[in-house]
Amino acid sequence: MTLPSPLLDVKNLSVTRGGVEVLDIPSLAIHGGEVLTLIGPNGAGKSSLLLALACLIRAEHGSIIFKGRHVNADNGMLNYRRNITMVFQEPLLFDTTVFRNVAAGLKIRKVPGREIKGAAMAALARFGIGHLAGRDAKKLSGGEAQRASLARAFALKPEIVFLDEPFSSLDPPTREALIDDLHAILKETKTTTIMATHDIMEALRLSDRIAVMKDGRILQIDSPDEVVNHPVDEFVASFVGMETILDGNVTGSEKGIMAVTVGTRVICAVGSLGGGEKVRCGIRPEQVILSASSPEGDTSARNTFESRITKIVPLGLFYKVYLDCGFPMTAYVTQPSLENLSLREGAAVFASFKATAVHVIRR
Amino acid sequence: MELIIEGLKKAFLLLVTFDPEVLGITWLSLAVSGTATMISLVFGISTGTAVALANFPGKKFVISIINTGMGLPPVVVGLFVSIFLWRNGPLGFMGLLYTPAAMIIAQAIIATPIVTGITLAAMQHLPPSLRLQILALGATRPQMVWMLMKEARLPLLAGVMAGFGGVISEVGASIMVGGNIKGYSRVLTTATVMETGRGNFDVAIALGIILLLLAFAINSILTQIQQRQRPR
Repeated sequence: MTLPSPLLDVKNLSVTRGGVEVLDIPSLAIHGGEVLTLIGPNGAGKSSLLLALACLIRAEHGSIIFKGRHVNADNGMLNYRRNITMVFQEPLLFDTTVFRNVAAGLKIRKVPGREIKGAAMAALARFGIGHLAGRDAKKLSGGEAQRASLARAFALKPEIVFLDEPFSSLDPPTREALIDDLHAILKETKTTTIMATHDIMEALRLSDRIAVMKDGRILQIDSPDEVVNHPVDEFVASFVGMETILDGNVTGSEKGIMAVTVGTRVICAVGSLGGGEKVRCGIRPEQVILSASSPEGDTSARNTFESRITKIVPLGLFYKVYLDCGFPMTAYVTQPSLENLSLREGAAVFASFKATAVHVIRR
Repeated sequence: MELIIEGLKKAFLLLVTFDPEVLGITWLSLAVSGTATMISLVFGISTGTAVALANFPGKKFVISIINTGMGLPPVVVGLFVSIFLWRNGPLGFMGLLYTPAAMIIAQAIIATPIVTGITLAAMQHLPPSLRLQILALGATRPQMVWMLMKEARLPLLAGVMAGFGGVISEVGASIMVGGNIKGYSRVLTTATVMETGRGNFDVAIALGIILLLLAFAINSILTQIQQRQRPR
């Protein structure tokens, strides 16, 4: 069976600014209907990649192939741009009514007035702001304005929509509601979407694939499950929330379980690397269980360490507990668990995690 | 005090009786300054937009030249336009000196940097990513420039008002290149200067009031255009 050819195929894309290469993408294929999220810290090149893919900044090298046709300055640039659209971090609404904003792209394409009205009103309704059509766009709240910006993009029925951190300037409840609505709309319309964000939770909720970027390069591009559970390196691991990262040496291996020595402690991890192999172990805080007494014998967790709590940080609905287990580790607990176990700074506690929760990367 | 009251009475009389000479002067002022403003809009808006949107070496220097031009002294403009249009000057063969056309040229030179500078500031004040957003909506470059101008329409119309205000009220260049010839190149400002010099304060006050009313009327119309169709 052969895979369908990608909707957008990128080869050797390179962008430089002030003589410095800010983007280097040897290859990237995006298939119709998929939602690809670019995540990475500020300056990773996410926005540059989106702008380059949308042909809004000039790439020094490389080719962008849309539906099998090369897109460049002399060939089909405008036609390509009229098949895609982009939503930025700021809503960037025009100084007119919400309706005219949403109709702007259609008007640019010289779509007949009656069709514009139907398409714009449908997009407004889809984003739940049909009642705001006659309002001054500059007087909308942040959430309403970003909904109008998204409606303006989706009114065009684009083949690809590029979203550059569209939720980052919104307050949490507004962001949650908009992400839910966008998720439903993407499922319904099956619009190919490439979104940049630095929030892994946004990426996990919306994406079919996640690309982790750093210094203008894609370090890993995989399904959300693969990226989160099998990060290719330490950077990806830490960026996707694997907070505990420990350097160690494999000191033995039996029946698919490795013993990894970390300082004076030994961690059991799934794997079959040979003795003496230098490795890096990643453990996600949500996979660490805390208990007041040793659970050994009563649990399938192969790792239990007597630990001391060094710090407790509230994170809204739950707490992050910093532990000293002979090595530093973090765990998440809920408010009831914190109270039931009388967790406080300086208290002794047992920390457990399964061998399967340890993600091992060769150093 | 009596002088002022008498002046106001005479001014009122000249205005209500539609004195033909005053009407002619008013019409010429409007025609000269209106035409000069229109010319300055063509050059000023296009130059201001081009400089704002383009990136080139020496851009800051060009901007400082434009900003300096916003304060161009009318007498200096009058001097250079006179030299160029003088009988033996480079453009003397055109025979334009002491004509309304020469006044239009001088006033357009005064107004263009004002319109250019305000256009430049207005376009630079727009969010930089707005250009990318418009292109991402599928716009051609001319469509993008037009949409940016629409976004900057409030300060752009302020530029029109500033340009017109600058030239309708200037006197130095108009006297130098127009000559204040009765019935031919006499405008409100040059006539006011002349009548004041002669001690005809009543006529000067009348002309001054007309000048103020004219400026007020034009700016009111432009303000109406500027503020219209503002959504709720």
